[in-house]
Amino acid sequence: MTTTAAPSAGASAAAPVPAPAPRAPFTGTGALLRFALRRDRLRLPVWLAALVVTTVSTANSTAALYDSPEARASAARTMATPAALAMTGPQHFLDHYTYGAMLSHKMIGFMGVLVGLMSVLIVTRHTRGEEETGRAELVRSTVVGRHAQLAAALSLALLANLALALLLAVSLAGLGIESIGLSGALVYGAAHAATGVVLAGVAAVTAQTSSSTRGASGLALAVIGAAYILRAAGDSGSSDALSWASPIGWAQRSYPFADDRWWPLLLCLAVAAACAATGFLLSSRRDVGAGLRPARLGRATASRALTSPFGLALRLQRGLLAGFCAGLFVMGAMYGSIIGDIEDMLGSVEQIQQALAEIGGATLAESFASMVMVVISVVSMVFVVMAVLRARAEETGGRAEALLTTGISRASWLGGHLAVALLGAVLTQLLAGLGFGLAAAAATGDHAMTGDLIAAALVHVPALWTAAGIALVLLGLLPRATALAWVVPLYAFAVGYLGEILRFPEWAGDLSPLGHVPQLPAAPMEWTPVLVLTLVAAALCVTGIAGFRHRDLETE
Amino acid sequence: MTQESLAIEVSGLQKTFGATRALDGLDLSVRTGEVHGFLGPNGAGKSTTLRVLLGLLRADGGSTRVLGLDPWDRAVEVHRRLAYVPGDVELWPNLSGGEAIDLLSRLRGGIDRRRRDELVERFDLDPRKKGRAYSKGNRQKVAIVAALASDAELLLLDEPTSGLDPLMEVVFQDVVREAKEAGRTVLLSSHILAQVEKLADRVSIIRRGRTVQSGTLAEMRHLTRTTVEAETERPVTGLDALEGVHHLHTDGTRVRFAVDGGRIDAAVRVLGGFGIRALVSHPPTLEELMLRHYGDELAANGHRNGSSGADDADDADGPGSTATADAADAADAADAADAADAKGGEAR
Repeated sequence: MTTTAAPSAGASAAAPVPAPAPRAPFTGTGALLRFALRRDRLRLPVWLAALVVTTVSTANSTAALYDSPEARASAARTMATPAALAMTGPQHFLDHYTYGAMLSHKMIGFMGVLVGLMSVLIVTRHTRGEEETGRAELVRSTVVGRHAQLAAALSLALLANLALALLLAVSLAGLGIESIGLSGALVYGAAHAATGVVLAGVAAVTAQTSSSTRGASGLALAVIGAAYILRAAGDSGSSDALSWASPIGWAQRSYPFADDRWWPLLLCLAVAAACAATGFLLSSRRDVGAGLRPARLGRATASRALTSPFGLALRLQRGLLAGFCAGLFVMGAMYGSIIGDIEDMLGSVEQIQQALAEIGGATLAESFASMVMVVISVVSMVFVVMAVLRARAEETGGRAEALLTTGISRASWLGGHLAVALLGAVLTQLLAGLGFGLAAAAATGDHAMTGDLIAAALVHVPALWTAAGIALVLLGLLPRATALAWVVPLYAFAVGYLGEILRFPEWAGDLSPLGHVPQLPAAPMEWTPVLVLTLVAAALCVTGIAGFRHRDLETE
Repeated sequence: MTQESLAIEVSGLQKTFGATRALDGLDLSVRTGEVHGFLGPNGAGKSTTLRVLLGLLRADGGSTRVLGLDPWDRAVEVHRRLAYVPGDVELWPNLSGGEAIDLLSRLRGGIDRRRRDELVERFDLDPRKKGRAYSKGNRQKVAIVAALASDAELLLLDEPTSGLDPLMEVVFQDVVREAKEAGRTVLLSSHILAQVEKLADRVSIIRRGRTVQSGTLAEMRHLTRTTVEAETERPVTGLDALEGVHHLHTDGTRVRFAVDGGRIDAAVRVLGGFGIRALVSHPPTLEELMLRHYGDELAANGHRNGSSGADDADDADGPGSTATADAADAADAADAADAADAKGGEAR
C-alpha cells in the first residue's frame, strides 16, 4: 500500500539514492545527529536549564551575601584554608575576590563534575547503550558508516556543551553584577564546555573498552571522580602539579573573571581530540556489540552462593560495589592525607584562628573531617540509589519475570536487592572512614583519629538507608517515576556541599536525610536523630516492598 | 467436563492497561495431563493471559484458578508447582547459561542434575557462555532447559520455540511429549500452527482478548472442509449436484474440490463410481481454522486468500458442532473472508 507518513529526518538515509561513497566511515552522521537530538529533546534542555539556573542563582546569592568589600575580604580569608580550597578551587582566585572570582572559585570544580556527568551520559547512551539493546545493529545495517554513531554522539555532546557555554555567558553577563562582564562570562562558559568535552572524549574511549553501558559510564565517572580528587588535593596546597593533571584543574586555571586566560582550555580541547581519535581507532578494532577483550567463558554450573535472591543481587552488583568501595577508600585516604597539612598550618596562619571561631568549637581538622564526611556519604548514597534502581532495571528488562515465576516471593526477590543496598551502605562508609582514618592517623600521628573517623562515617549510614527507602517507595508505588530517587543524592549534595559555601537556610538542609546526621567528629554524638532515621528508613522499606507486592510487574 | 480436574480454570478474565483492553472476558480451561494449545495472533492477549496465570499481573475482573489456587494471592505456592518459559527470554549478561539454569531451578525448589545435564546435551547448549554471548535461540534453550529440568506439574510455555532451528524444534517436541507422558500438564501458547498441531490435545483460539473457540482438533476440523484431490479412470460428473461440495475443479480425469465435514462419505461414493486411481485428502489445517477467525483482519490488510481454503467459512454453525464457537465472531470472519475473496478476484 502507499505510505501514509512522510519519511522522518532519521529515515533520509534510506532514500532511494545510491550511497555516495560506500566506504566513507562517517556516512549518515548528520542523520543520526538529528535523530539523537530528537530523542533527547527533553533530556538535554532539562540538563542545560538545571545547570544554568544553579549558576545564575548562585551568582545572585553571592552578590547578595557579600555586598561589601569587607565581607568579600573576610570570605577570602575563610577560604584560605586547605579544607575550603579542597572543596572549591585554586588559591589564586582569592587575590582579588570579586563577585566573579567568587563565582568561578566556588562553582567551576563542582559544575565540572556535573557537566562531565552530562557529557558522559550523552556519549554512552548513544553509543554503547544502542549497541547493548541491539538497536545499533539495525541502524548500522542501513547506509551508515562505521564511525557515524560515535561521531554523532560526540557531536551531540559538543553541541550540548557549546549551548551550555553560550547560555551561561549570556545569562551571567545579563545579570549586570559588578565584575561579571561578558568577556569573563564567555571564558566562564567555555571553561564548563571544555570540561564537558574532555569527558565526552573519555566516554568515547570507555564506550569501546567496556561491553556494557553500565561499565562504560562507570569507568568514565571514575575518571571524573579522579579528576576532582586530583584537583582537590592539588588546590588544598600539597602540590599544584596534581591540579595540572586534572581537566577540572585546567578549567579552573582559565581564571574566569580574574585573568580570563584561554590557553588552559586549549589543553582540554587537545586532550578531548586525542581521546576521540582513540575512541574511533578502538571502535574500528572491535565487533559491533563486543568489548575490546574477547568474551570469556563462565562456569557451567551455579555455585550455592549464587542461588538465593541475595546471592544473585550481590553477584549482579558486586562489580559496582567493589568499585565504590575502592573509590571511597582512596577518596577517604586523599582527604585524610590533607588533614596533615591543615594541622601543620594551624599554628602558622593567623587567620585560621578566626575561621576556627566561625565554625565553632571543634578543631579545624575536625570540622574539615565533618565536611568531607558529607561528600563521602553523598557518593555512598549514589551507590545505594543505584543498587535499588537495579531492581527496577531487572524488572523492566524482563529478568525479574523469570525469577518471580519460580518459588521465590516478590518480597524476598526485592529484599535481596535491598539487602545489597543496605549492607553496601555500611561497607562503603566503613571503607571510606577507614581510608580517611588511616591516612589521617599516618599524617598526624594521632592514632585515635582512625576510630573517630570510622565512627563519623558510619553515623551517616541510617541516612543512606533512608535514601534507599525513598527509592524503594518510588519503585513500589510509583514505578514509572523510580528515577526520581536521584533527587535525593543530588539534593543532599547541593545543600550539604554548596550549602556550606553558599549559606543556605537551615530548613533547606533539614530536607536532606544527611541534614539530620550528627556531624562527627566536630559535633558530639546524638542518638535520637540516628534512631529516628533508622525507623524512617525501615518504614519506607516496608512500604516500598508492600507496594511492589500489590502492583503489576512491568516488562518493557 | 466439570467432573474432570482442571489444571487451569479461567472465566471472564479481564485486564486493561490504561485505555487498552488487553483481555476482554477470556475463558480457558486446561485439563490436568493434557497439552493445550493456546493460539492467537500477535497482540491477541496470549502473553497477558499467561502473566495473569503467573500472578505477575493482577486481573481486573473474572476468576482465575491455577492448580486450584488463586495465582495472585498465592503466587509462590503456585510457582513451586509450575515452570514457565517466556517468549522473550532475557538473561543476565554476566551470568553463564549454566548458572542461569541452576539459579532458576534451585529457586523453584531443586534441580535434577542428571536430567538437567541430559537436556543441556540434547539441546546442544554450551552452558559456560555468558548471557550476553547467547543468540536468541540459545537464550530460549536456557529457559526451556531450566523449566523442563524441574519436576513442575504444570508447564506454561509462551511461544517457547521462537528462534529455535528446525532440529531443535524436533528436540523440543520430543521433550514436551515426554513431559506429557510423565503426566504433566502443558499450556503451549503459539502462533506456530504446525507445532501446536503436532503436540496439542485440545486448543483454544483467542482473538482480541476473548476466546473464540476451544475444543479438540477433531471437533474443530468438523466445522471446516476437507480438500479432496483425485484422479479417476473416467471424468467425474455429478459432484456439483451434491450438497456440501464446493470449489469444484475438473481437469479431464483429475478433480479437486472441498467438502463439508459431514459429506465426505457421499462425495467419495460418487468418486468411486468413476474408478479411483489416486486419492489425496487434506484435513483442514489449523492455519485454516485460524484464518476463519482472523479473516477480517487479513481482509483489512488486503490479503489475497489464494487457495488456502479459509474462504469457506460461511457455515460456522455446521451440524454436530460440539466446540464452543463464538458464532457472531465467526460470522463476521466469514463475511470478511468473502470480501477478501472478492478483492482477490478469485472465481467462485
